[in-house]
Amino acid sequence: MTLHPESPLLRWLPADSRRGVTQRMGIVWAVALLIALFQWGSGHKNHSLDASLVYSYAISTAIWFLTDPGRIALHRLLGTKGPHYWALSLRMMAYLLAGVVVGYTLGTLVGDAYTGHSTWELLAISPWRFFGFWLSTLGISVGFLFSFYQRARNQDLQRQATEARLKLLETQLEPHMLFNTLANLRALIATDPPRAIRMLDRLNDYLRATLRASRTDGSTGSHTLADEFARLRDYLELMAVRMGPRLSYTLDLPEALQRHPVPPLLLQPLVENAIRHGLEPKLDGGRIDVRASADGTGQLLLEVIDTGVGMDATSAPQSGSGFGLSQVRERVASLPGGTGRVELSTRPGQGAAVRIHLPLNTTPQPAA
Amino acid sequence: MNATALIAEDEPLLAAALQAELSRAWPGLRVLATVGHGAAAVEQALALKPQVLFLDIRMPGVSGLEAALQLAEEWPEAGPDAAPFPAIVFVTAYDQYAVQAFEAQAVDYLLKPVQSERLARTVQRVQQVLAQRNPADVAAPLEHTLTQLRALLAPAVAASPSEPLRVIQASVGQQIRLVPIDEVLVFEAADKYVRVLTASEELLIRTPLKDLTPQLDASLFWQIHRGTVVRATAIHSVSRDEAGKLSLRLRGRTESWPVSRLYAGQFKAM
Repeated sequence: MTLHPESPLLRWLPADSRRGVTQRMGIVWAVALLIALFQWGSGHKNHSLDASLVYSYAISTAIWFLTDPGRIALHRLLGTKGPHYWALSLRMMAYLLAGVVVGYTLGTLVGDAYTGHSTWELLAISPWRFFGFWLSTLGISVGFLFSFYQRARNQDLQRQATEARLKLLETQLEPHMLFNTLANLRALIATDPPRAIRMLDRLNDYLRATLRASRTDGSTGSHTLADEFARLRDYLELMAVRMGPRLSYTLDLPEALQRHPVPPLLLQPLVENAIRHGLEPKLDGGRIDVRASADGTGQLLLEVIDTGVGMDATSAPQSGSGFGLSQVRERVASLPGGTGRVELSTRPGQGAAVRIHLPLNTTPQPAA
Repeated sequence: MNATALIAEDEPLLAAALQAELSRAWPGLRVLATVGHGAAAVEQALALKPQVLFLDIRMPGVSGLEAALQLAEEWPEAGPDAAPFPAIVFVTAYDQYAVQAFEAQAVDYLLKPVQSERLARTVQRVQQVLAQRNPADVAAPLEHTLTQLRALLAPAVAASPSEPLRVIQASVGQQIRLVPIDEVLVFEAADKYVRVLTASEELLIRTPLKDLTPQLDASLFWQIHRGTVVRATAIHSVSRDEAGKLSLRLRGRTESWPVSRLYAGQFKAM
């Protein structure tokens, strides 16, 4: 008992919001039926079943129309960003409240026209009853709006998480990287089979780690610095086969920090950035140093330093290149405690260094 | 069939593998050199004059496509150095570029990992192209290449907006100077800026030339080089030097500007 999303009545709405609108309309109408039955059943003497139904449906439909498709239309009119997420601006709140008041008035007028009564007379006869009606309408409307808001918000958060995972997969399984690696493997099989096997094992571990990280949300699962450095070694070894003498690297993880927990593949995008935007464009390549250390102030310091082409720190990173760093920033910021920070220092021709400061975890993590 | 080739590939194992596969698929092919980046590819191709050029697309510095463009620009078509333009085969790990490269006058393209059967077909095609060439007509392969490069660059020109630019706004110290487009003679790319020349002055703007050109009226402003756009009505003369290179002089300015081969076609006596 609701409109079909492709109905011509909904043509004026943005295509991606039509389904949600019809779903919410269905919910509103189902509840409107319950309210009408309750009203009628509670034995209010003036109201027959049909009158209760007309009042309930007229009021709920009017309020729904103004606050749901109306909200979307307003959203579009104002050109606010974010199609699904409700920006809870003051302006939007004011609009929704006005929508409830106007919707109630319109719906009541329709009901009055049907029954021939005047609800406004009730205001004079028994103001408390009138305000009772009005408050329950307001309460129900606010309840609806709040639950719809929550739904939209959850859907949006879910969408964002899915997008982030896809993005990770996309960068890790970049076709250029994958096919070049396979091409190198093919070359090695003919010339150096033992080395081909080692390279295949690295590729295996790299792909497994990538797929695992794309399935979890990144914050779950125990992953130690030793794990993280092993994955970095897989990746760097793959790249070292490909780039030959153009790439050299060091990985420095002190014994005491091996069991320290980190979010999985936290450093990976940084090392990839260092290669893709630092060393790959440079004719004679360069070096990457990855270090973990505990600084004097009880902080864990993770460094990824390259001797590549560097960049103009003030200029906006080119498309794609900024993703790795912004993703790392977001992940560090969302860690419990929230005291972590990420620093980038780079100059054109001078290489780049990214430093991550994290709170040092003093309770050693049990081995996974 | 005997021929000479140059391989440009930045990954050493892949370069060696391609050379090994080629020695099986085309025993008569002599690989003159293997280079690791685009600039070296241009330099070595000019020095060694190979008949076939295998160009990896993604290389450090100058990419394979840019190298092909530069090479077409600098290839000697007349004089003692003259040789037929090499048949180009692009090599890429990902076919996002393949179609584009194919149109950019490649004889063929190869996807990495290079498979023996596919390589055999490429070899066949290249041999066909080389066999069809008339040894007396040195200029034809290059002319063919230029035609295809022009075709590749054309779509960008077609997408010009309806409203052409009327005024150039350049910052000079604390001021913004406005110059009517009618006074501009030359736009010239210079590092991160574009030099805007009028009869009497020179200004710098930050908009890159490639973003600027689509906003200009193509019948008034002609591109004569990768980095130069000039007002057609201000051109005084175009002349050719002994090496066959074209250069251009403008009314009201004393310097001369080189005309690239790619855009030389628009200068013909009526």
